[in-house]
Amino acid sequence: MTNKEKAKAYWKENIRYVLILLTIWFLVSYGAGILFKTELNTIKIAGFKLGFWFAQQGSMYVFVILIFVYVHLMNKLDKKYGYDS
Amino acid sequence: MVMIRSLILESIGVQTWTYILVGVSFALYIGIAIWSRANSTKEFYVAGGGVSPWANGMATAADWMSAASFIGMAGIISFAGYDGAVYLMGWTGGYVLLALLLAPYLRKFGKFTVPDFIGDRYYSNKARIVAVLCALLVSFTYVAGQMQGVGIVFSRFLEVDYNTGVIIGMFIVLFYAVLGGMKGITYTQVAQYCVLIFAFMVPAIFISLQMTGNPVPQLGFGSELSDGSGTFLLDKLDGLSTELGFDEYTVGSKSLIDVFAITLALMVGTAGLPHVIVRFFTVKRVKDARKSAGIALLLIVILYSTAPAVAAFARTNLIETVSNKPYADVPQWFKKWENTGLISFTDKNNDGLITYVKDESVNELVVNRDIMVLANPEIAKLPNWVVALVAAGGLAAALSTAAGLLLVISSSVSHDLIKKVFNPKISEKGELIAARLSAVGAVCVAGYFGINPPDFVAAVVALAFGLAAASFFPAIVLGIFYKRMNKEGAIAGMVVGILIMLWYIVKFKFGWLDDTIPNKSEWWFGISPEGFGSIAMILNFIVAITVMKFTKDPPEHVQEIVENIRIPSNAGNAIEH
Repeated sequence: MTNKEKAKAYWKENIRYVLILLTIWFLVSYGAGILFKTELNTIKIAGFKLGFWFAQQGSMYVFVILIFVYVHLMNKLDKKYGYDS
Repeated sequence: MVMIRSLILESIGVQTWTYILVGVSFALYIGIAIWSRANSTKEFYVAGGGVSPWANGMATAADWMSAASFIGMAGIISFAGYDGAVYLMGWTGGYVLLALLLAPYLRKFGKFTVPDFIGDRYYSNKARIVAVLCALLVSFTYVAGQMQGVGIVFSRFLEVDYNTGVIIGMFIVLFYAVLGGMKGITYTQVAQYCVLIFAFMVPAIFISLQMTGNPVPQLGFGSELSDGSGTFLLDKLDGLSTELGFDEYTVGSKSLIDVFAITLALMVGTAGLPHVIVRFFTVKRVKDARKSAGIALLLIVILYSTAPAVAAFARTNLIETVSNKPYADVPQWFKKWENTGLISFTDKNNDGLITYVKDESVNELVVNRDIMVLANPEIAKLPNWVVALVAAGGLAAALSTAAGLLLVISSSVSHDLIKKVFNPKISEKGELIAARLSAVGAVCVAGYFGINPPDFVAAVVALAFGLAAASFFPAIVLGIFYKRMNKEGAIAGMVVGILIMLWYIVKFKFGWLDDTIPNKSEWWFGISPEGFGSIAMILNFIVAITVMKFTKDPPEHVQEIVENIRIPSNAGNAIEH
């Protein structure tokens, strides 16, 4: 692989990770916390209605996890392409 | 021994405790500033580029969490219920965008400021100047609010005159921002994070234990009340709210589309705020930029996930303490905060009881939302030192954010304007002096706005986030992910984005274009000025791409810059700390 091809392949894999993670980002916040909160509010876990919980708690926890998953995936990807110097 | 100690602890009043805690924390900040003086422009602008991911994460968290997050947010949620989620999701979700779309690439780019990136990527000093103007506008609006926060904390807790409070705050910030630049700011922010998170969590844990028996506030507000009734706290709060005519707490009252738009505008605005972005220029490697975004968000979420719990506890406590109780029997804190004007009571029906309901013609109690954090420890009868801790925490939050903003302002002037536009031949030493002088100038302007708050401070959230969303975010994202984006497109997008955002705020928030503020029914798509940043951002994207289609491609060397920033290795030298 030439340097240019390598950079292109690396970029493509990176974009794929970003798209997958941003889809989850969208689903937990705009999906569970906003668009579908009324439906989810019919489900109750302890004192929390589920839609309310996603809006005020759950989505934030998922955000943190998403970034650390991305850090992990990208560190692996950097190694694979030898960009980890 | 223990008894004597607790006797001594109790005999020290709130006032004395506040002086002790605020004094000790200020001495700490000054000590750090002297230890971490900046000797070069690189140290002044980006702390030499050698900050560790953890230190940068803590500094970013303190930089980010302002007086509004610390003092205001729990109170806002307290009164808005579910709707408060726009701030929780909006001000945290933006970090996902930062970590995935901006921070690593800007670190690789490796310059000092956001206008640096815009100016180089769009090979144009016009683009650079537009970016500088946006950065100044956003940062000045934001910093005025911080200085106000400092004044409020001083005047309420230390019974110091409001203006004196602002001036004391100015001197402290001036000292470490001018001396240490980004390096001084970074390490004071690390200390400020520790102070503010401790100050926020201690009362929250106490109150959670008191009300639900659960020491973890995040779980506590989903638990049963510890009064033996077997009712869940949130159910009780929903019941109390509807009984008094308010909206059900866990449901809220904003329209779906507005909640959606505000959340989006705040997320994108967060990712586009220059004082947050610039923090990621300070770490050593690209992978450190990603990691420290994660650490920053983790540290922010500790406070942000506690705030809605505090909100629910405080709201329940408030209603139970005052609703339908005789005014003659109100607790001491009620009187104290009545003196400051944060609570006011008018006995409209002369029955001696406090009627607290939504219906304004009958309601007798007006509560300022800031009180939910400021008076919370007193409402929950916590020890004096905890009450004082809140003052030190509020000051840490306001000062750390103010310092970060002042640095953006001073580097915009000394680096982006003086060095890059007006006097490129300026020496390293001259630029460092210019940077320090601009920091002094910026503190004075901020202090002036703090003492004479302009009308627009109330609209600060809508304005600062809306402008950041409408200008920087699209320009930077397109600059990284769209190699063909050219200067014509980027400039047109930013200009259209900012102008339409300003127009919408001026029309619907200030009401300057009509005789009064227009009715909500005239909002575009039912979207409030707070949420309009999302529409302005979309317009920026559309305009930029359309204009690009009709103008010529960026030059070869710029396309190479883009290819280069996409690869994480060789991110430039850093100065070890």
